[in-house]
Amino acid sequence: MIDQILMVLIDGINYSAWLFLAAVGLTLIYGVMKIVNVAHGSFYALGAYMAASVVGVWVTLDYPPYLYYLALFVAALISGFTVGPFVERVLLRYQYEKDEVVILLITYALFLVMEDVIKLIWGVNPYFIVEPYAYLGNFSVGDMTYPNYYILMFGLAIAVGLTLTFVLKKTHFGRLLVSVIYDREISAAMGIDVGKIFVVTFSVGCALAGIAGAFTAPTISVSPGLGVEVIVLSFAVVVTGGLGSLPGVALAAIIMGLVRSFCIHYIPQFELFVIFGVMALVLSFRPRGLFSLAEARKI
Amino acid sequence: MKFKKALVAGLVSGLALTSAHAQNEEPINLGVVTFLSGPAASPFGVPARNAAELLIQEFNAGTAPAPYNQKGFGGSPIKMTIIDEAGSSTSVVTEFRNLVQRDKVDLIVGYISSGNCLAIAPVAEELKAVTFLFDCGTPRIFEESPKNYVFRAVNHATADSVGAARYLKAQKPNVKNFGGINQNYAWGQDSWKDFSGAMQVLYPNSAVTTSQMPKLFAGQYSGEISALMASRSEVVHTSFWGGDLEAFILQSAPRGLYKNSDVVLVAGETAMYRLANRIPDGTIIGARGPYGVLAKESALNTWFREKFTDRFNVPPNYTAYQMAHSMMAAKLGYEKAMAANGGKKPNSDQIAAAVRGMEYEGPGGVHKFALSNGHQAVSETAYGRTKLVNGEMTIVDVMRFPAEQVMPPDGLKSSDWIAGGMKSN
Amino acid sequence: MNFDKSIVRLAIVFIGILLLSGFIPQWALFMLTIACANGMAVLGLMLFLRAGLVSFGQALFFCTGAYAAGLLALKLDITEMTFLIIISGIASGLMAYVLGFLLAKYRGIFFGLLSLAFSMILYGLLVKTEALGSTDGFNVPAVTIFGWLPDLSVVRVAVLGMAFLIILLSVSFVNMLLKSPRGLLLTAIRDNEIRAEYMGASAKKTIHLFYVVSGVLAGLGGAIAAVAVGHIDPTMSFWTTSGEMIFIAILGGTGSVIAPFIGALIFGIIHTIAFSYSPNTWQMVIGLSLIFVILLLPNGLWSLREKFGKRKS
Repeated sequence: MIDQILMVLIDGINYSAWLFLAAVGLTLIYGVMKIVNVAHGSFYALGAYMAASVVGVWVTLDYPPYLYYLALFVAALISGFTVGPFVERVLLRYQYEKDEVVILLITYALFLVMEDVIKLIWGVNPYFIVEPYAYLGNFSVGDMTYPNYYILMFGLAIAVGLTLTFVLKKTHFGRLLVSVIYDREISAAMGIDVGKIFVVTFSVGCALAGIAGAFTAPTISVSPGLGVEVIVLSFAVVVTGGLGSLPGVALAAIIMGLVRSFCIHYIPQFELFVIFGVMALVLSFRPRGLFSLAEARKI
Repeated sequence: MKFKKALVAGLVSGLALTSAHAQNEEPINLGVVTFLSGPAASPFGVPARNAAELLIQEFNAGTAPAPYNQKGFGGSPIKMTIIDEAGSSTSVVTEFRNLVQRDKVDLIVGYISSGNCLAIAPVAEELKAVTFLFDCGTPRIFEESPKNYVFRAVNHATADSVGAARYLKAQKPNVKNFGGINQNYAWGQDSWKDFSGAMQVLYPNSAVTTSQMPKLFAGQYSGEISALMASRSEVVHTSFWGGDLEAFILQSAPRGLYKNSDVVLVAGETAMYRLANRIPDGTIIGARGPYGVLAKESALNTWFREKFTDRFNVPPNYTAYQMAHSMMAAKLGYEKAMAANGGKKPNSDQIAAAVRGMEYEGPGGVHKFALSNGHQAVSETAYGRTKLVNGEMTIVDVMRFPAEQVMPPDGLKSSDWIAGGMKSN
Repeated sequence: MNFDKSIVRLAIVFIGILLLSGFIPQWALFMLTIACANGMAVLGLMLFLRAGLVSFGQALFFCTGAYAAGLLALKLDITEMTFLIIISGIASGLMAYVLGFLLAKYRGIFFGLLSLAFSMILYGLLVKTEALGSTDGFNVPAVTIFGWLPDLSVVRVAVLGMAFLIILLSVSFVNMLLKSPRGLLLTAIRDNEIRAEYMGASAKKTIHLFYVVSGVLAGLGGAIAAVAVGHIDPTMSFWTTSGEMIFIAILGGTGSVIAPFIGALIFGIIHTIAFSYSPNTWQMVIGLSLIFVILLLPNGLWSLREKFGKRKS
């Protein structure tokens, strides 16, 4: 009985960590900029492909294996901080006064474009960078073996969550961000450089998506269409947690991961509905998600 | 009024632009439809496109081995019009109609997704367009209603899972239980149904431990792998393909799934080359027929493999073989019809009549259009086990099963045939 | 009754197309029919855009209508198109009525994402249902129109004609609805919902009503698509289908009830041009054209009318 519970827990937490990493960038961007970034999945894919290239080179040049993880991280940062600012300045900058929907559509168009650009750059053949995954070995719980990579992902999710919380609460930049989250106009009126905040936030959000992609890459084959599933899943997690809320996305990820793990072990046929089912259920009782930002109503 | 004029002008030139693309002079216009984007592109769509390009080049130059050595199709050069199979079924049907009616292709070879095959088959009948479905697996195409212009030059999906079950039976007289992990969509559901049905026939006392059905393109299988390992199944069946298959192998192998269970990768051949040293020895691999590494030695096979590997730097996988077979069947049928028509260009009815019941040879061996009034081809199928030799992936323990043992007889639906004990006549 | 001039013009264009159908290639007739089906669904979307709401789950009703029509034709042997259309409309209307109780409470992005969730749940249900063919779907048998079974050579025109009839009826109805007090409320709700409620109107009831109307329209569109394409599968409920509809809505603009149909037609043309000329990068072509339209023509193609249109003296 205990090992059953442990099994569900371990798999559940692993999936939750992945969900959290995949979704956190989306919620950050929405919280600050009120944009639903449909291209989020493409940045995830970009991170994965970039990681595949960087680690591929790393392995060929026989650099030290324990630095793989640094390489993955750097690859993700490169993807987020090169393409992110470019997209934000060129495409999004002039659209902020417009409807939320218009920006969403721009990001949808961006997603379509990025899918093909990635295909043009990296081709359709899959990339494998299994080394970082295999290097860490396994651990056992009872008679089940799990890869130590699970622990890495869990640690990474915690690290990302804590760092973001620290930045938002304790740093000067964080406080500016929170101000912009609550009211963009007043913040600008008070002298905050909203434009700069937007560029940085968007890039960080994209880099976070890239981190999720980069660290997932060693466990899969990096091939076209990688990002499409992630978009829908991230949306579900973010909306359930409350758009723009960091603790929300964490809690939603935990709930969905555990419920899904339970489903797989006991009622595998319902796995298809779990994510959206949880989302619909939560939204029926708490229309704005688990944690939502207070918003002033304009009369 | 100006606006209306501008709008009408715009629409007309838009429509004209789309039709300007159609060309048909003397060459044979061959429409090819396969996945050029999305997750099915890399394991299936692009190898198929490559095979198509290679064969057309060889056919046009007249350098293919006999009986395919006539230039082009019956002397006329082949011109390929290729489109992406991606999109909703509405868009796939629209583009099929455009290929036939606007671009005026003479023949079509295409379609990987069973849903798309089902959608365009009635349209092919309506438009009297001879179409070779080269990869999709569903038996429903011909079982639901007879066809006059639609052909499939290779086995359908029933042969894959039944073949897997027969391979197991030949190697293990007793199997107590088995489990599966399949993508939760038509292909995965049907494969599992066929396999579990076949296993019930061959091992009447066996039980199903667990049937995991993750979403298509899920990519993360940690939970499912745990469930499979906890179930202690003697045999694990999976019809996973592409990125999902590769992710599954990468995630399950290090955890020891293959030590405790005999894992059957029904569509595993596409992953073999790229994941060579990650697939544990002894894994049972299928190639959806006698294709790829499971193909028998023959002059045609050697020729095809050499040419393909030379040009594309990778050996041809089973989808490339399926495309090659369909192209060869199309060429042979066309030339047969042309000969029967006194050397003049045959029409669709004549081509269809020529292909019906035809027997032809491809790199995977001899296939015969034996089922569904001569529209569905049958061939033997093969399974083997992987073994890494000096870092090279090889296949050992290969067993072949003749068509009657893995494909239903004419007139009987696959599901009924399996339920009735899979008797070969 | 005072018919809107654009609807009269639309009717004239339709009759013109039908009369000239002998000269229009079959593939173009098919594309027009699909544009009609998509346009119907987008007409429903447009109603919501007027209220400031975007539904990302319009595909849900499109799919419901299509499956209703398909199942009736296949399993119950009802092949008369008028029945299929009517029953599809009722089915999707009912679905919208039930879901509307939940959805009418939401605004903004939540409305959009919750409608997305429901469309994906329907997708999941259909994929799980092997009896309906799961992702392979099933084929729709040939239909009769007012009792007459069209011959293969005229079936495209016949189905198109039927689609035109449905469009004209729907467009007239929607026009009437938008000019009615309820319809004018929509714009009021978008501008300032609280004030509208202070006036005594019920925002929730209005949105619920329009949700049902929108659902019926999309369902009718789905039925037309089912009959024209002859095949139904769960992708009709997938989020990318809703995405295409939103694209068409933006392309056409919200200026008039006939804008969705123009948008749908242009989308069809862009789609097929992208496929023919760049089979390896068609997604990029469509993405770039969407960006182009959004940046340069934010009110959709219909806004071109003002630029080139009549100058009233």
